[in-house]
This record gives sequence, structure tokens and C-alpha cells, in this order.
Amino acid sequence: MRTGRWMGRFLAGFAGVLGLFAGIAPAAAQEVTVLCNFEVDWCEALKTTYERTTGQKAVFIRRTDGESLAQIRAERSNPRADIYHAAESASAKQLAAEGLLEAYKSPYMAELHDWAQRIAEENKYFQTPIYTGVLGFGYNTELLAKKKLPEPKCWKDLANPAYKDEIQMANPGSSGTAFNTVSTILQLMGEDAGFKFLAAMNKNVNQYTRSGTAGIRAAGKGETTIGIAFLHDSVAQTAQGYPIKTVAPCEGTGYEIISSAIIKGAPNPEGARKWMDFVLSPAGQNVAITVNKFQIPSNKNAQTHPMAPKASEVKLIKLDLDKYGSKEGREYLLSRWENEVFKAPK
Amino acid sequence: MRHPEEPGDEGSRRGLRVVGLWLALGWLGFAALPWNAIGGPGFTAFQWLATWPLDVRTAPAAVQLFKHGRLWFMPLAVALALPLLVFRTRMQDRTASRVLIGSGLLGLVTLIAIAFAIDITGWTWRPLAEIFGELPRRQPGLGYGALAVAAAALMALCHGLALRGWAKGDAFVAGAIGASIALVGLFTLYPISRLFLRVLLDRDGNVSLAALQARFAGSRIWERGGVVWNTLQLGLMTAVAATVLALCFALIVARTELPARRFVRVLSVLPMITPPFVVGLALIMLFGRAGAVNAVLEHAFGIVPTRWIYGLPGVWLAQTLALTPVAYLVLVGVVEGISPTLEEAAQTLRASRLRTFATVTLPLMAPGLANAFLIVFIESLADFGNPLLLGGNLEVLSVAIYFAIVGVQQDPGRAAALAIVLLALSLTLFVIQRRLLARRGFVTISGRSENANRLLLPRAVTGVALGLALPWAVLALIIYAMIFAGGFFEKWGLDRALTLRHYVTAFGVDVVNGSVLWTGGAWSSFFTSLTIAAVSAPLTAAFGLLIAYLLGRQQFAGKGAFEFLTMLPFALPGTVVGISYILAFNAPPIELAYTGIILVACFVFRDMTTSLRAGLASLTQIDPSLDEASATMRAGSFETLRRVVLPLMRPAIVAALVYSFISAMTSISAVIFLTSPRFDMATVNIVGRAEVGEYGYATAYASVLIVLMVLAVLLIRVLVGTRDLGQRQPAVAG
Repeated sequence: MRTGRWMGRFLAGFAGVLGLFAGIAPAAAQEVTVLCNFEVDWCEALKTTYERTTGQKAVFIRRTDGESLAQIRAERSNPRADIYHAAESASAKQLAAEGLLEAYKSPYMAELHDWAQRIAEENKYFQTPIYTGVLGFGYNTELLAKKKLPEPKCWKDLANPAYKDEIQMANPGSSGTAFNTVSTILQLMGEDAGFKFLAAMNKNVNQYTRSGTAGIRAAGKGETTIGIAFLHDSVAQTAQGYPIKTVAPCEGTGYEIISSAIIKGAPNPEGARKWMDFVLSPAGQNVAITVNKFQIPSNKNAQTHPMAPKASEVKLIKLDLDKYGSKEGREYLLSRWENEVFKAPK
Repeated sequence: MRHPEEPGDEGSRRGLRVVGLWLALGWLGFAALPWNAIGGPGFTAFQWLATWPLDVRTAPAAVQLFKHGRLWFMPLAVALALPLLVFRTRMQDRTASRVLIGSGLLGLVTLIAIAFAIDITGWTWRPLAEIFGELPRRQPGLGYGALAVAAAALMALCHGLALRGWAKGDAFVAGAIGASIALVGLFTLYPISRLFLRVLLDRDGNVSLAALQARFAGSRIWERGGVVWNTLQLGLMTAVAATVLALCFALIVARTELPARRFVRVLSVLPMITPPFVVGLALIMLFGRAGAVNAVLEHAFGIVPTRWIYGLPGVWLAQTLALTPVAYLVLVGVVEGISPTLEEAAQTLRASRLRTFATVTLPLMAPGLANAFLIVFIESLADFGNPLLLGGNLEVLSVAIYFAIVGVQQDPGRAAALAIVLLALSLTLFVIQRRLLARRGFVTISGRSENANRLLLPRAVTGVALGLALPWAVLALIIYAMIFAGGFFEKWGLDRALTLRHYVTAFGVDVVNGSVLWTGGAWSSFFTSLTIAAVSAPLTAAFGLLIAYLLGRQQFAGKGAFEFLTMLPFALPGTVVGISYILAFNAPPIELAYTGIILVACFVFRDMTTSLRAGLASLTQIDPSLDEASATMRAGSFETLRRVVLPLMRPAIVAALVYSFISAMTSISAVIFLTSPRFDMATVNIVGRAEVGEYGYATAYASVLIVLMVLAVLLIRVLVGTRDLGQRQPAVAG
């Protein structure tokens, strides 16, 4: 009866394991589950403050925007998370079009800046902006001085052959930041001139990183001289003590809109609405300062970090965020970029 | 248990008693356990007892059938009732086998049909709603009742087949094969095929052959310097380097008297117990443009720092560093297991030590070398962290797949196509390896007494091995010194003030009113990773070694296909496995998303292959006549496995346990999509912190993990012990 005993033992062990894990299986929705695309320290601080100010429970899963998007789509038939937090506006727009988001108009809407209200309205309240960030670049002052390079001030400076192999930007195929950069340049310079500029700058790019913030972090550590990034990510490097100077390009520049949205069929819709109200309120948006984040909040009454880029120093262009946002638009931009920029001879 | 060759009445009766136990379990599942998965507080919280057994949500199948009129459970009742006939009448074996096979198949087919006919919204096929009536919304997935019935039906089927002579009529072997196939099918074939079917869909979700054609014929992936070329080049380079280095280490440990042997053992395992991200980070700190080496070179010789580390050289270095220990673990058991008698024979024939090494020792290690090569190659292809961090503009398949899923143009179909290409590469090598090793004997552990001395390495070979291994060991040491130091510096690269701050942030503990508060940010993910790894490691090792035994020692129809199946999950990058698990297990019939089970399942079925390979490599050395001797003494196949084969496979068991524990602790790509608020993993936490520039925290956390894993490895060694082959130790050279 060896076999029987062995099978019995195996079975007992197996059942024990199942029991152990089932015991902590997904509970009935009492807390709000957030797919959080912020950096992990911000997500943690937000959760803590939410729980303290509202008395509600929140749990978060830290994801990149693309991961969240893939996950919400994969969970389409049985959503597990309530909130898609810090979604890129274009990503949230896609999900809304696919019927995966729930519209919600928060009572805090009236407190938001006009740009935020406009975007929420345009999107039929399937998303509400929580902050905006301005695109630009940063450079490593020590490396620049050591190599005796001129200070870059404008986008067009980045095509200067003096910066050969000194620039990093992200790959627009993998990073929303880089996609936004290319889209901004095309709208700033015109499509053909824009691709021509990018092809000239390509000679200076030593690496197209996967992640949108990798370039500026590499600049901070001295692995590259210039990194194209959002100004708030560039300032964050300076705040951490790295020798980075942040530049808002002289020709003017584009921006990103980051929103929060409720997932359709959320297990805890009540909690999801409470979360939305919280992150749109000054209390929720002021969390950014406590963890050294330099974005521009959407609520008029929220504070902005003293080190954050000043609106007066930044020239914003009129940007159509949706110009290349559709499936076809993305394909068009990426295939032209790949053929005319990425594969162009160096 | 019966003797393999001659079916006997006693054996089949005993087999029937085992069937009886399984049937009892099946009936328990059918009549008592809740058929559906219980959401909410879970099974062990016993809250389900409040509404059990009459409420339809917690009711067992029998209650659903009779009280709620769910007629579709009827065939299951029949399938569980029929086998009882076998006990009532003194039936002939042939009839009994027919009854068992028939009822087993009926049960399994009904179960699968129910699983796929009812999804979360109710009936998936409208006409069924008219026949059986509408179902309430939000249908829960299959639960413990279904699991027990499935197990009973499967075992009835396997015993029926064994009675007909399948697997040489051995009921234990038949049951084990059946269970393995079912588990691998459920946790590998099912999720992966769900993802792979997407290759047929275009981006709007319609079946399209044009999309299929464009995905595979896309010129960018096949051209020279394209993603397939890069991947293959990297895989082969890493596999060669790691296998050669691992061989050096294994030879030094097994065949020399150098005092550094112990040290090598520990050191060689170090890179593997390190979260991959951290080694890459340390490499940048060392060889990056602003790294220590470049700074020294520039200061001393005025060499302008370059970015050579970003690209093929960097990824190759990092992968070789990380995978050499994997190859070492596979190899060392093989090298130690080589019987000195053959070498002694060669020397008696007046072959020199070098010649003996080249013509006897080395060829005998071929299966180990081939297995090590295969594993490293496949792991290099599936590796995601290193190419991501150090790849520069080098594009490889695993990264391309990840960004096909999460990039700006989300296209799971393209990801599926690339994953199929990657799988094809891995499996091609697997087939070549099998061809090369087929029909050659590598047996060196036999029942005959071992009266030979362990042969020391020829001096020339020792020199080469040391020459290769030493610089490598030094490099590894420097990297570890950097990682450990990193946790104590205020800010890596900026502020060299010493601090314990990072350890407090990560692992702080407060005692308030006599109760312990785990205030550190790392605790939650730390305990989760530890629990998941501790649960999955023994399961992985047991399952892998069991399959190794089945493949290496048993003959059964469909063996080739079965072996092929076991390679699938390992050959795929973690991201692919992760996303396919989410697609397959998020919604009924099987709901595992956001639980710990999905993580354990992912690790068990991904890492099982390594245990299996280590087990197979070790089994090819053990003479099957030892098994036969055991069988002659009327020991059953399970008894033989337990008392003869397993003790001789101790190094393989250690390798399997160590590898699967470590892999569960350090893996990242597979779990990106599988972590959930309650199941945050250590590696994910470390990467998240490193991303925001908290290298101190990240390296402090990594150091703690490394120390913990060293302790775990030592513990495993002590618990499993070593095998005694009765080889004489060589006399200590004066």
C-alpha cells in the first residue's frame, strides 16, 4: 500500500497548500484597488494619506502605463482593479473607446484648472486630469564642462554635431514619453521638417532607451550628457543631488496630461469614486510635494513644489494630443520614425 | 504492486484499492465540497459553512443537481458510480479496465465541457440556455469539489489504462504520468495556447491570414542584425561561455585538492542568488561610462571613457555572470558522478593523465555539458532584465515581446508571433541535443563496487581551469562587494557617508506595547516572496524529479510528446508566461488571478524543467540494472524510486531545490503581471525603488535577500545530504 500512502500524503500536502493560499484569496471588495502608474514612493504616500484622510482602505499595484493598459484589457471580462491611476490621457482615451472605463464627474471638477476641466469634458468624464508635465531635456553640467560643449537651449541645438553620441531619448515604440516627444516635434516644426530634425539628431543619440525616464537618469549618473525628458523628471534628478540642469526649449514645447479613471465593472465602484475625489482634491494632490515630485497639479488650490518648473519660464505650443493618438496615427508616426530616423545612416 | 512483466491478480487488486481511495475523494468532492470556487474570505476561513450546503453558490454538485435541478451534473454522478461495479463483482481485468477507462473519460469530458460551457456571464453557447435555463450573472469558477472529481476521474482513467498494460501495467507510473500530463496541460498548454491563438487575430480582433503572414514574414526580424539574429548570437555566446566556466568550476571542485574548493562552491552560486537587476546595476557602476574602471583608466592613462558596456558585450557579461552557476549546478553532480574505474582502466592501458581526461572523462560528461548548454541557452533567450538594463540599442526577442505587449502599439498578436519564433529557437536546440546524445551510454554509477581512486586533474587542465575561473571569481567578488557596500552609503556615487538609514527604511521594526510592528517598507514583499518560494521550491523539485524519473526510466506511449510539453514553459520568457496566465486564469472556469496560487503555479511549471534536466542528467549515470535488482526483490516502482534511485540522485535533488527556491526569489519578468496588492514580490519592490533612484534601499534589500538565500542553500544541503558512492578519496599529495 505504499502507493496509496504516498498519494494520500501528496494529497494532504496539496490540500494544505491550497488552503493556505485560498485563505488569503481575493476578498470581497472593501478596499479600493488601484493600478498605480506613479513611481512606487508616490503610490505609497498616496495610499497612506488616502487612508488617513478618508478612513477608507486602499491597496495598489505598481505598474507602468503600458502594463496597466495590457492588464485592464486582459481582465476585460472580470475586472479586478477599480482605478486606472496616472493614465496617459491618450491611453485612457483608447480604453474609454473600447468601453473599459466608467464615466465619473467628481464634485471637485469646479476646483480644477480650465485645461483640466476642458480635457475631462472632451473625454465625457471617462478620465479626469490629475497633473500635467512639460516636455524638455536636462544635461549633466559636469560632463558638459569637461567636454567643453556648448549649453543646449533649444530643440534645434540637439542636432548640433558637437553632441555626437551624447544624447539619450526613449524609443517612441516602447515609451509614451518618447512618443509624446516625437509628436511634439512634428507639431512644432511641421511633419517633414520634424522628421528631418529627428534624423539629424539621431546621429547624436547614443541609445534609444526603453523607459521614458531612463535617459535623464543616465544623464544624472554621468552615463550620457543630455537626456530628453519631462521637466519634472529632470528636476527630480537635481533634487536628488545629481548635477543636472533642466532646460525648457526656446522654441516652445509640448506637454503630457496624466489622468485618473474608474475601470468599468470595478468591484468597488463606491470606493473608486472616493479615490477619484481624493486625488482631485488639494489634499490628494499635495502629497506630491512630500515625496519630491515636481508635476503641475490640476487642482487650482493645490500647491506646486518650489523647485517645479515655472509656467512663466516655459513656452507651450498649441498641441493636439490626439493628433497621432489613434491606432492608425500611432502606426503612421512609428513607421515613419523607424524608416526615416531610427534606420537612417549615422 | 505487480511485477512489471507479468500481470498478476494480486497486483491488480491492490491497484483497485488505490482506485477506491481516489473514488472516495471524488465522491467527497461531488457530494460534500463546494463545487464552485468560493470568493470572499476564502476556503479556510470557514465562512462558507454558513450557507453550505444548500445555497447554490456554496453547494456541492450533488445538491446543485437535485435541489437546483442542474441536470448537467448528472454525467458526473454516472462517471463516479460506474467504477463501483468493479468492486462489487469479481470482474475480469479486461472488463474492469473498460469500465474504469469509460467512466474516467466520461467524467473528464463532462467536466471540461461544463468548464467551457459556463463562463462568467452564464452559458457561452446560447442554445444551452434554452435547454437548461438561464444562469444568474457572475458565475464563479471551478472550486474544490470540481478539483476532487477531476482527480478521481483522472486516476480511474489511468488505472484503467494500466490494467490494459499501459506503462507496463504499473499503476503508480500510470497515475503519475496521467497527473503530470493533466497538470502540465492545465498550467502550460492551456494558457500558452490561449495566447498563441492570438497570432491569428489582427489588431481589431478578427481572424486574418494577412496579419499572420505579415507577423512572420516581417523582414525586420529575420535580417542580419535583426532581432532573431541578435538573440541567437547572444544565446550561443552566453551558453558557450557559461558552460566552459561552469566546467572549470566543477572540475576544480570535484577533481582537485586545491584549498579554494569550498570557497568556489559558495562563490559560484552567488550571482544566481542575486536579483538580476542588481548585477546589471553593479556592472554599470563598474564598467559604465562613469564607472569605477573607466575612472581609473582615464585618470591613469587618459583613456576616454566609452559606453561599450551598453549592448552585446554588457548583456553577454551579465548573462554569463548570472547563468554560469546554473550550468555549474547541472554539471557538478555529473562530474562527481563519473566513476573512476573507467579512467583507471584507461591509465592501466598506459594512457597519460591528459589523454585519459580527453578521451574518457570529457566524453563521459557529454550529457551534463549538453544539458547545461541547453539550459543556459534557453535562459539567455528568455532573459529579460539584463537586455533591458544593459542592452543599449541591441534588440532581442524577450524585450521585443514585452514591448509588443506593453509598448505604445499594444499588439498581443505580434508578441505571440515573436514568442513562437523564440520557442522555435529553443526547441530546435533541444531536438539537436537529443539527437546528439541519443543511443550512447553514459552510465557510470553501477551496482559494482567502486574500488578506484578519484582521479585528479592533469596539471595542464588544472592550469587552464584556474586561469579561466580565477579572474571570473575575482570579478564576481568585486561585484558583490559593491552591492553589499551600496546598502551602507548615503547615496551611491554621490555621498559616501556611511549610514544604516536604508536598512531602517527597508527592515525597520518597532515594538509598541509588546507587539511587534513591521514598519520597514520591505517586510510585506519580503514575507510574500519567502512564503511563495518556500512553497513552490519543494513542489517544483518533486514534480521535476518525478517527471525525470518517468522520462528516464519508464517506457510509455506518447513519451516524446510529453517531454516536449515539459520544455514549453521554460523556453518562454517570463513575460509571455505571465500574460498568458492572466489571460487564462483571470476569469472562470479557473479563477486564480490575484491569489498566491497563480504565483506558485507559475514558478512550479516554469522552473520544473531545470529540476527535470538535472534529474535526467543524473539518471543517465545510474545503471538501470540497479532498478531491476530492486524490482527482482519484489519492490514496486515507487519503492525502487524512493529507496534506490532517489538516494543516488541527491545532488540532483539539491540542485533542483536550490534552483527553484532561488528562481522564485529572484524572478521578475514572470511576475510583473501576476503580483497583486496582497502578493507583492521582493524583486518587483527592489526594481520599483531602484527606478526612483533609491539605490541604497535597493541594494540593502538585495543584500538581505542574498544572505537569506545563502542560508537557504546551506540548509537545503544539510537537509538533503550527500550521496556516498563508496569512491575512495585520493591520498593527500605530500
